[in-house]
Amino acid sequence: MNMNDPYAGERLKESPFHPREDALNIRNAWGAWNGYKFAEYYYDAEYEYFCVRNTCATYNICPMQKYHISGRDAEAMLNRMVTRDIVKQPLNRVAYVLWCTDEGRMIDDGTIFKLASDKFMLTCGSPCSAWLEKSVFGFDDVTVTDVSDEIAALSLQGPTSCAVLKKMGLDGIETAKAFDIMRFPFHGDTLMVSRTGFTGDLGYELWIAPELALDLWDELYAAGSDYGIQPYGEAATNMARLEAAFIMPGMEFNEALKTIHFEHDQTPFELSLGWLVDFSKPHFSGRNALLKEKKRGPIYTLTKLDIEGNKPAEGSYIYGNTRCTREIGYVTSAMWSPAVKANIALAMIRTECLQGDLWAEIYYEKELRQYHKVARCTVRKKPFWAPARARATPPPDF
Amino acid sequence: MKDYDAIIIGAGHNGLTNAAYLAKAGLRVVVVEKNDYIGGAAVSREMHQGWIYSSCSYVCSMMRQVLHRDLDLSRHGLLLVPYLGTVNFGDDGETLLAYHDEEAAHLELKRHSPHDADAMHRFQTDLARYAQLIRKTLLRTPPDPTTFRPRDIRELLFLAKQFWALGEHEIYEYVRFFTMSAAEYLDDYFENDMIKAAMASPGIIGTALGVYSPGSAYILLHHVMGDVDGSIGAWGLARGGMGAISNAIAGALRQHGGEIRTHAGVQKVLVEHRKAVGVVLENGDEIRARIVVSNLDAKRTFTKIMDRADLPPGIYEKAKNFKIRGSSGKVNIALSGLPKFTGVPDNRYINRGGQGFTGSLETMERAYDCWKHGRWSDDPFVESVIPSAWDPTVAPPGKHWMSNFVQYCPSKLADGPWTPEKRDQFGQAVIDKIERYSPGFKDLIVHMEVRTPHEIEAEIGLTEGNIFQGELTIDQLLFNRPFPGYAQYRMPVRNLYMCGSSTHPGGGVSAICGANAAREILMDLKRPNTVPEDDCLDE
Ligand SMILES: Cc1cc2nc3c(=O)[nH]c(=O)nc-3n(C[C@H](O)[C@H](O)[C@H](O)COP(=O)(O)OP(=O)(O)OC[C@H]3O[C@@H](n4cnc5c(N)ncnc54)[C@H](O)[C@@H]3O)c2cc1C
Repeated sequence: MNMNDPYAGERLKESPFHPREDALNIRNAWGAWNGYKFAEYYYDAEYEYFCVRNTCATYNICPMQKYHISGRDAEAMLNRMVTRDIVKQPLNRVAYVLWCTDEGRMIDDGTIFKLASDKFMLTCGSPCSAWLEKSVFGFDDVTVTDVSDEIAALSLQGPTSCAVLKKMGLDGIETAKAFDIMRFPFHGDTLMVSRTGFTGDLGYELWIAPELALDLWDELYAAGSDYGIQPYGEAATNMARLEAAFIMPGMEFNEALKTIHFEHDQTPFELSLGWLVDFSKPHFSGRNALLKEKKRGPIYTLTKLDIEGNKPAEGSYIYGNTRCTREIGYVTSAMWSPAVKANIALAMIRTECLQGDLWAEIYYEKELRQYHKVARCTVRKKPFWAPARARATPPPDF
Repeated sequence: MKDYDAIIIGAGHNGLTNAAYLAKAGLRVVVVEKNDYIGGAAVSREMHQGWIYSSCSYVCSMMRQVLHRDLDLSRHGLLLVPYLGTVNFGDDGETLLAYHDEEAAHLELKRHSPHDADAMHRFQTDLARYAQLIRKTLLRTPPDPTTFRPRDIRELLFLAKQFWALGEHEIYEYVRFFTMSAAEYLDDYFENDMIKAAMASPGIIGTALGVYSPGSAYILLHHVMGDVDGSIGAWGLARGGMGAISNAIAGALRQHGGEIRTHAGVQKVLVEHRKAVGVVLENGDEIRARIVVSNLDAKRTFTKIMDRADLPPGIYEKAKNFKIRGSSGKVNIALSGLPKFTGVPDNRYINRGGQGFTGSLETMERAYDCWKHGRWSDDPFVESVIPSAWDPTVAPPGKHWMSNFVQYCPSKLADGPWTPEKRDQFGQAVIDKIERYSPGFKDLIVHMEVRTPHEIEAEIGLTEGNIFQGELTIDQLLFNRPFPGYAQYRMPVRNLYMCGSSTHPGGGVSAICGANAAREILMDLKRPNTVPEDDCLDE
C-alpha cells in the first residue's frame, strides 16, 4: 500500500480508459461501480442520451464483472446454473441469461459468450465469484477465472456505430447479426466485437487487452469524429435502458443474495422474463420452485406503462381506482422519454389487477411547493424503443 | 369520382396535421399540394447530392409535444434533438458564448458584465412567466369577446383566470410587454450592448420590425414560448431536417387512411349558394367535399384562390390589407468541412451549437433601415446553425451544411424586381459577413442555395415571403388573427376553414393551427373530438 497517500485505500480504481475519459469529463461527475471510478455523465446526461439515439456514444464497461469458464464440463456447469438452455447456443454467439437461487429468486442477469466449445465468458453487473464456485460443485473439469481486470471493454451504441467500426477498418462488421461475436486483428493482438448492448439500439461491445485500451479508444474516436461520437455515463444509460425496457438491479430487482426480507427479491416470471426459463432442459438451480411459480402465476408482474401527462411517475404507487384507495403496485423506474415522447415507466403490479384500470399517483414539485395528481396508465406490450436498425443486418449507416 | 368529407388545400405541416386529425376522426380526407413535395416551410430537400437542406425553417421548439405524442410521430420517424449553446458575435469580433451549463453561462455573462449576469436571472424568470401564460392559450381556440356564447364566455374566463394569477403588478408589465420594443424592454434589465443585442435577436426574426420598433418585444416572447421536452425556450433540430416533421405527420395521416396529392395546385375554391363545396385544380380537375380547409395564408386564400364575388362584403379588403410583409432571407450552404470562427475555442459542444451574428443593437437597426428603403443590408443580422454537426443524416460524413437565416431582406426592392443576379448579390453579402468572423469560410463552400422572400413566395406560396403567414403584431394576434371575428378557424364562407399559420397562435412549426382547426371542424360536424388537450396546463 502507498503509505505516502493516507487515503490510498479509499480511492477508487481507474479503468484503462480513464485518461481519455477524465479529459472529457469536464463536469467532474464521477460515481463508482464495482470499485471503479465511473462517470455519471461527462457533459450533460440528456445530450449523451441523444448521442445514443442520434449518433453514437461509448460507455465504459470495464467495471462489469467478467469470468472465463472453461473445461470439458463448462457448458454443463453453466447450464445447471442459468435458467436458459445454453446447449443450444452456437459458437461465437452471445446469450442473455439469468440465474436463481433454489427458491427461484433471481440472483443476477448477465450474458454468456460462447468462445469455444469448452470456453465461455460470463459477464454480469455484480461480482459473483462465490456463487460460481458453488455452481462448479460436482463438476470435474471446470475452471473459473475472474478476468474482470484482464479485459478492457467499451460499449459503442447508436445509429452510426456500425459506420464508425467500418471506418475504423473492421472489415465485415456489418455482417454481424445481433448477438454475434467477431474478431479482428488489432496491434498484434485480437479485438473481440460483439453486437450487444444495453440501449435497445444498434450497438456493439468491444473487448480488448487493457494495454491496448487507449489505442482502441484513440482509433475509435478518430474514426467516430465525423459520426458524432461521445462518451456517456450512468445517467444516459439509465434513460436508454428504460426506453428499451431492460431491468436494472436495485431498481426492478433486488439481488436475491442481498435480500433480507422474505420474498423482497423477485422471480423471473415477476420480471416478465419467463421466456428465459427453459423447463425442457435438465435440472438447473431453482427449477422446482420456478415450475411451481409458473403454474401458480407470479403475484406481481413487471409491466411497461405509458402514463398520461408529462410528469414522471417516479416512486409512484399504482392504484386500481382514481380515488387511490385500492393499491395494486409500485413504479420501479420512470421518466419522460424524449425519443418516444411519452411518459414511460416500469412498474410491479399485482398480476390479478393487470386487466383493470391502472392509475398512478404522481408527486411533483413546482418552486418548492408539492403537487400531486392521479394519471391514467396504459399497459404497453412492446419495448418503448425498438428501432428496426437494431435488428437489421447489415445495419444502416445512420 | 371518389367523394371526400374534407379537402385540405396545401400540404404544409399544419395542413397535414389538420388532415391527420380529421382522418383520425373517420373522415375521408384528401390534401392537395401544388408542389411535388410536401411540407411547405417545414421541408427537407436534397438540393445538392448528399446534402439535405431544411430549405426554410431550420430549428424546432414550438411543436407541441402533446401532438407529437398523440399522433405517434416518433413511430413515424421523428426524433427532435435539443441543441447546445450558441456563440454571439459582436461588431468588433467579440464573442458571447451561451454555454449549455448554467454556471458556465453565468460566468461567461459576468466576463462581459457582472450586472447583466445577475440581471439575466430576473429576465429569464420574467420571460418564462409570460411564456407560461401564452403556452396555456396555444392549443385552444381564442374566444370571441363580442359574442355571448357560453363557450366564448368560458374561454374568456379561462384567459382571465390565467391572467389574474400573474398578480397585479405583473398584469401591468404584461400589457406593456405587448406594445414595447425589444430594445426598450431589454433596457429594463441589461446594460451591456452585446448582451442586449443577443437577447433582442429573437425579437426581429421573421418580422418587418426593428429592435426599436414597438411590438418587437412580443416577437421575442413568441420565440421562447416553445420547449424541447419541457425545457421552455429551448430549441432543437429535427433529425433528417424539418421535413422529418411534415413527413412524420404525413405518416400519421396515411395511417388513418388520409390521402395526399402532390402536384395538385388549387386554382379556385368552389362556392355554391354561399357554401364552399370543393376546389378546382390548376389542371382543371374538380374535387368536391363537404368542407374545404385552406392551409394558405389569409391573403392568398381570399385574394388568390377565391372569387371576390363569393365573399361577403369587406373580406377581400381585409385580406388585401392583412399585414404580411416579408423581411427574411435564407442562405443554405453545403460545406466541405466544419468552419472555424475567430475567438471561439475548438470546443466539441460549442461546435455543435449555433452562431448569432448579432453585432450590436445599432447594427441591427441599421440593417432594418435598409429594409425600410427596399434594400438588403450589407451587414445583416444572421442566425446560423450547422445541423450536420449533430445530424448524421443531412450531409456526408465530415461534410457540413449550414443554415443561415438572414434579417433583413425585402420582398420588394426599391430598384425594381428581384432578379437572379440580385439574389446572388444578397447571398454574397451574407457570406461576406460570415467570412469576416471565419476567415477561409468561403473556401469551404461546395454549394449554396440563396432564398429571398421572392423565392420563398414562389416556392411555397408564403405571401411576400412572410415566414409567419402574417405578422405577429397585437392587431393580428389571438382573437384578431387573421381578422377580428374570424379567429375561430371558420371563414366567412360556410364550410370553409383555415388551418395555417395565419390563424391563432401564428407562425412557427407547431402543428397547433392545424390541430385547433380540426377541433372546430369536428365540432361543427358533430363528430367526437380527436384533438388532445395541451399537457402544459399543470406547468
Ligand atoms: C425561411 C423561413 C425560416 C423559418 N424558420 C423557422 C424556424 O426555424 N422554426 C420555426 O418554428 N418556424 C420557422 N419558420 C416558420 C414556419 O416554417 C412556418 O410558420 C410554418 O412552416 C408554416 O406552416 P403552415 O403549414 O402553416 O404553412 P405553409 O408551410 O406555408 O404551407 C402551405 C402549403 O400550401 C401550399 N400551397 C400554396 N398555394 C397552394 C395552392 N394554390 N394549391 C395547393 N397548395 C398550395 C404550399 O406549397 C405549402 O406546402 C420559417 C419560415 C421560413 C419561410
